[in-house]
Amino acid sequence: MAALFEGYTLCGIGPTRNSSNSGILGIELGRDIDHVLVTDASRSVTVYKVSDQKPTGSWTVKHGQIITCPAVFNTQSQEYVVVTDDRVVRVWKENDVHMEKAFKATVSADVLRVLSAAESEAVVLFCCGAVRFLDSLLTSPQQPIEDVLAKEEIIRWSTVVKAEHQLVVLFSTEQRDHHWLYAQRFNPNTLVKHRIETEPGLSAPISFSATCRGRNLHLLFLYSNGSLYESVLPLRISATGAEGVQALPRSLRLSLPLGEEELISGAAVVLDEAHVAVVGFPHPSAGTCKDYLCIWNTHFQTLQASKEMSGRICSQLWCYSGKLYVPHGKMLSVIPFECQKSSLAATMGKLKQSRSESKSCSLLSSWTAQPYGEITQTPGFKSRMSTRHTSVVKSALTVDQIIEHIKTGAVEDVQAEVGEFIRLTTQTDLQLATGRMALELVSRSQTDANFYPHAVFLQLLETQYLCYSVCPDLLSLAMMKKDFHLCQIAFQIFPDIPEDVTCACLKTILSTPDSEIETVNLDTESVIFMKMLTQTQSGLEEEGGQQNGFCPPAIETDVSDAPSSMLQRDPLSLVMSCPVGLHKGALLNEVLQTAYSNKPLLPHLKDLTVPQVIVFLQYLLFLYLKYSHDAHKQIPALRTPSFSQIIDWICLLLDAHFTILAVAPEAKRLVSDLHKFVRSQVKLYAELGKIEGSLQVLKKSKQSEDFGMYSIEVIELF
Amino acid sequence: MGEFKVHRVRFFDYMPSAIRALAFNQPNETMAVARMDGAVEIFLVSDKFFQGKIIPGRDQCGIEGLTWVGERLFSAGLNGQITEYDLKNQRVKYTIDAYGGPIWAITGNQQGTHLAVGCEDGTVKLFAVNEDKIQFERNLDRQKGRIVSLSWHPSGSKIAAGMIDMIQIFNVETGQSIHRMLTDRGTSRSKECMVWCVVYLSDGTIISGDSGGMVKMWNDHTGTLIKSHNVSTCDVLALSVSRNEDSIVAGTSEGFVVQFQFISLVLEKNDKEWVRTRTFRNHTHDVRAVAEITTAVVSGGMDTQLVVRPLLDKIEVNSSASALQKIIFPHRSLVSCARKAGLMLFQYPGHLELWRLGESEGQGIPGSSLLVKTNPEKLLHLKVKGEDHIRCSAVSPCGEWIAYSTASSLGLYRLHCDNNNISITKISKIPKVLSSAKLCFSSDSSHLFSASTQSSVHVVSLSQSGCKLVGTLKPKSGSHQAIHLLAASEDGKWLASANSDHEVHVYNLQKKELHCTVPIYSSAVSAMAIHPETNCLFMMHADQRMFEFSIEQKQYSDWSRSVQRNGLHYIWLERDTPCLNVMFNPQNPSHVILHDTYMFCIIDKSLPLPDVKTQFLNQLTLKSLPKEKRKSESHAFKVCKTFREMLHVELMSDQSLVVVERPLVDISTQLPAPIKQKKFAT
Repeated sequence: MAALFEGYTLCGIGPTRNSSNSGILGIELGRDIDHVLVTDASRSVTVYKVSDQKPTGSWTVKHGQIITCPAVFNTQSQEYVVVTDDRVVRVWKENDVHMEKAFKATVSADVLRVLSAAESEAVVLFCCGAVRFLDSLLTSPQQPIEDVLAKEEIIRWSTVVKAEHQLVVLFSTEQRDHHWLYAQRFNPNTLVKHRIETEPGLSAPISFSATCRGRNLHLLFLYSNGSLYESVLPLRISATGAEGVQALPRSLRLSLPLGEEELISGAAVVLDEAHVAVVGFPHPSAGTCKDYLCIWNTHFQTLQASKEMSGRICSQLWCYSGKLYVPHGKMLSVIPFECQKSSLAATMGKLKQSRSESKSCSLLSSWTAQPYGEITQTPGFKSRMSTRHTSVVKSALTVDQIIEHIKTGAVEDVQAEVGEFIRLTTQTDLQLATGRMALELVSRSQTDANFYPHAVFLQLLETQYLCYSVCPDLLSLAMMKKDFHLCQIAFQIFPDIPEDVTCACLKTILSTPDSEIETVNLDTESVIFMKMLTQTQSGLEEEGGQQNGFCPPAIETDVSDAPSSMLQRDPLSLVMSCPVGLHKGALLNEVLQTAYSNKPLLPHLKDLTVPQVIVFLQYLLFLYLKYSHDAHKQIPALRTPSFSQIIDWICLLLDAHFTILAVAPEAKRLVSDLHKFVRSQVKLYAELGKIEGSLQVLKKSKQSEDFGMYSIEVIELF
Repeated sequence: MGEFKVHRVRFFDYMPSAIRALAFNQPNETMAVARMDGAVEIFLVSDKFFQGKIIPGRDQCGIEGLTWVGERLFSAGLNGQITEYDLKNQRVKYTIDAYGGPIWAITGNQQGTHLAVGCEDGTVKLFAVNEDKIQFERNLDRQKGRIVSLSWHPSGSKIAAGMIDMIQIFNVETGQSIHRMLTDRGTSRSKECMVWCVVYLSDGTIISGDSGGMVKMWNDHTGTLIKSHNVSTCDVLALSVSRNEDSIVAGTSEGFVVQFQFISLVLEKNDKEWVRTRTFRNHTHDVRAVAEITTAVVSGGMDTQLVVRPLLDKIEVNSSASALQKIIFPHRSLVSCARKAGLMLFQYPGHLELWRLGESEGQGIPGSSLLVKTNPEKLLHLKVKGEDHIRCSAVSPCGEWIAYSTASSLGLYRLHCDNNNISITKISKIPKVLSSAKLCFSSDSSHLFSASTQSSVHVVSLSQSGCKLVGTLKPKSGSHQAIHLLAASEDGKWLASANSDHEVHVYNLQKKELHCTVPIYSSAVSAMAIHPETNCLFMMHADQRMFEFSIEQKQYSDWSRSVQRNGLHYIWLERDTPCLNVMFNPQNPSHVILHDTYMFCIIDKSLPLPDVKTQFLNQLTLKSLPKEKRKSESHAFKVCKTFREMLHVELMSDQSLVVVERPLVDISTQLPAPIKQKKFAT
């Protein structure tokens, strides 16, 4: 997940010269990550300490001169470098008061930019495409500069990337309708020219961003139609090098939604391998207003965070050390952000484990095979794919049309249309479409109180293409509407429910009276499991609790506390009636089986009220006792909470509500029951540990044969 | 390759003696070890801890302390005597009575001028170390109660003495006590607190270990306690400081060693403190002695093992030097076999045992045990007269002669064996000079070779009537270190000797003169033998390298050169016990049989040598392969790890192997019970 935090204004911006540029020529990193160098489009260079929002130094050029490239800080010499009037390179130090008095040198060709990467030499890029190291240029400023580019070729964008001691200058050029990308590497000096593919009708890329990951350069470029492409260049090229123009293979990473009007400007910056920040594009659910800063996840194609910026955004965007610099309106804002690696994989991993566990004891008969049941059985989509390949028939309606219908149509119509769509659409299209449809349905349901298409949601869930991240509001909507059936299915299918939502659902389930839940239609298998679980108890009693040779350990070992006869009479010691209704139990079971991490769950678990905690703990104890009897093993069911899940939740609950459970009088009996049982189990396992120890010794002693004091043996060497 | 009938012998009741004291000589990189039975052993630290010299002990000497003064080694014991050792000839040089009752501690100053001994009567006696002897100089002020431990200040002007319930600091000049520092008795007030060990550092800190389990740091200027660490519930028995005084190790009677380091608690600050850092648990019994050497902590105690625990911050990790080394058995063979007669001679400190091997019946498949028809039989139990322990012993190949030597005398016996009647006759009138460090019979049992002082070898001819000294073989020049290995050739023509300076001399027995000297190699020879057919001398060194030297051509053999070129496999080089015996198989001249404590190995010189990528221990792999494929997969080293903790392996004349095992379990059951410790789940 990614998040944008509250931003602050760094400085105001002077009058704008044209529409695409704000009054800022460029922002570069200063001497450390807390200092930035803002080059004004007019005549000044200012250093800001970002955390203090204060300028620490400012330099202005004389009247009549203009700054033609963003100033940079040369980390090697600890000096600032700027170019004025295209040809005059000025170098000054932090404590120089006037730029005029500082060192300057006039070079023989127009300079486009001075580029500086951290801990490497500054590089000068000329308008003609030639590249020089700053130091070597300043030693002989009037050295001839060769023309690299063709006559009408002009540089649109340039950057420098440093990784693994390799410095690469990248710049893109435009020559009539052709677009090129040059990569200049040093040691040895090589210049490679790449052709940027353009589709007919597409203009030039409007924004570039380059990062280095591993041994490759990743170049991201944004087109005005909202397509975000990525190209990968090797950081080092083989010494032989390829001659001539090379193609630049690209792959589409993201399609940004467009408003009605054609875009002219926009900017994108890579934040990490999965996230990009974009300005100048409309928010997908906020109409055509373009003044949004958005963070998109390119892996899952999801919008992760967004922020509306007051005033017009000028499609300029910089990113330095966890902060985005956005000029908008008449100010420059600094917006800190955070991109966390998505924990989807981790949660999936955890979930898979529990699934395979439950699968091993699957004795499912066909009568419980519900549509989603079948899907949970096979996490892959193979069966679906095979059926779909045979009948690739184009749907009558497109996604866009359906979405339009969703906005206005009646529940029944929408249901029919979506059903048809799902039936007819191909695998890949469906994958993209389900999310959009679900989002649209949820937003309609949220605004329109009478609109709640339960069946459509079920249909969409059934496709398996939805997950929590795609449509976060679905689960909360279902909870609000008390649609427990939908919740149950979502719990079964979504692998990525955040811990706070899990807790909120748990709270709703616990707070809803049994009478209400019992009327709800739930997944039959889970209810049957609950039914059988509560019934096995009576069966066990009839057979004297000896069904599979299990001797209740509490009776056997816990003699010290009370006479065993008394314990046997206590119904709570081992046989306990289910504290919640069957349906509630089934729902709680689903909660128990969701993936979670302890640390994020714990604070949310504290939100439960005391009666809720007690009921939940009672239920967990009930399950624990049942499982200790191995009752669950006799019930054929696919999805059952595992023993370790139950124990984990007991631990978590005790952890979260320790003081409450210690103080609350109504919890006393429950806690003491739990303690008694756990203690008896611990005793049992301690005994088992002893047995294990002796068995191990027996095994060991068998291995070491006793040869006695003397023997005559035959050995063979090979 | 071949099948062997193996006599697996486990009735050699060898019992190593507990380690009492350690003394490390930094310039020579040698570690002196004193054992409870009075034996003193010298280990070469730089040569994979090879046991270079052994000075056998004697009854009732009760050694308590060991100290180097320069190159000279002194010990003192509860018999009240100070002993200096003649390391060149590996024997006691002289003993002097200190006249102060039992001596508990001995230590020499760094200047090498004086020895201090702590006596039962409460005196610290100073001895001046003179050129050839030591001389009593004076007593420091007499105290009440015994002096248990001593340590010189590095300047030599002060001595700290650990006593009962206190530590005294003496001014050496005046002999007066400067400070008296009382130790706390701890929880058990009735029990006196013995200060078992003290260390005096150059900055004036005195560190003590006592019977209350405390390691305490004292200031000698003010006589106050600076810091106290509770290390153990039992006694702290030994302390040792590193050369640059930044680390201290303490041995406890619970079997672990604790390290303290003088480090600053805050990084890059200069206020250093003694901080307890590491704990090494390598012993089952009391650690009686510890020594911190440059790269390792060496410890020894009641469990008789010398443990070398490398300090991983001082060496390159993951090399063979970073492995823990436990020295359990001596690096000399205590067993000799009469190959032709099927007899074994076991050497105990005070007696010899002669055993006849049993016989088997029928054949068996590899891996099986045969039915034992006749059990092994103990033919002889020969007690040695006098207090001195046996240095070396040998039985002749025909089984007719038994010889042994103590520090003072040589015993030679003739064995008469007709059917079940065994009788021995002692050969009298043996020249006194024949007391030997190593004994060896010629292969036809007609001569006895006895390694003597000055690297010389006496040749004694044996006959029915008696023995006669027929000559002495002497090296022309070089060192006069004692010989520790002798090897006679099968044809009676050659005799090779190896001494502690790594010199190997080959003598021509017919001409009775030195034939040649093998080029000196940097590592000690741990075993050698002369090939019966080619007359090549095969030498194993302590660093696991092997050389084959052709005596007749006076140069290394081609095979030896190819081994040097090819290099030895790293698994072979990483073994941590030296080879103790080299044998040849008369039926297959290309075979060399070697053994160390954990394996025996047949080297087939006709097969290719293994390189780095080859699977070195490939016996199991070869076993699983079909016969025709084995040839292509096999290499020269055939290592057998079936047997454990071997003291000796010998190939008898009837092609059967004798493997003398001494399982560690058998040793540990004979040790006194360790301090009872509560262990989990017991």
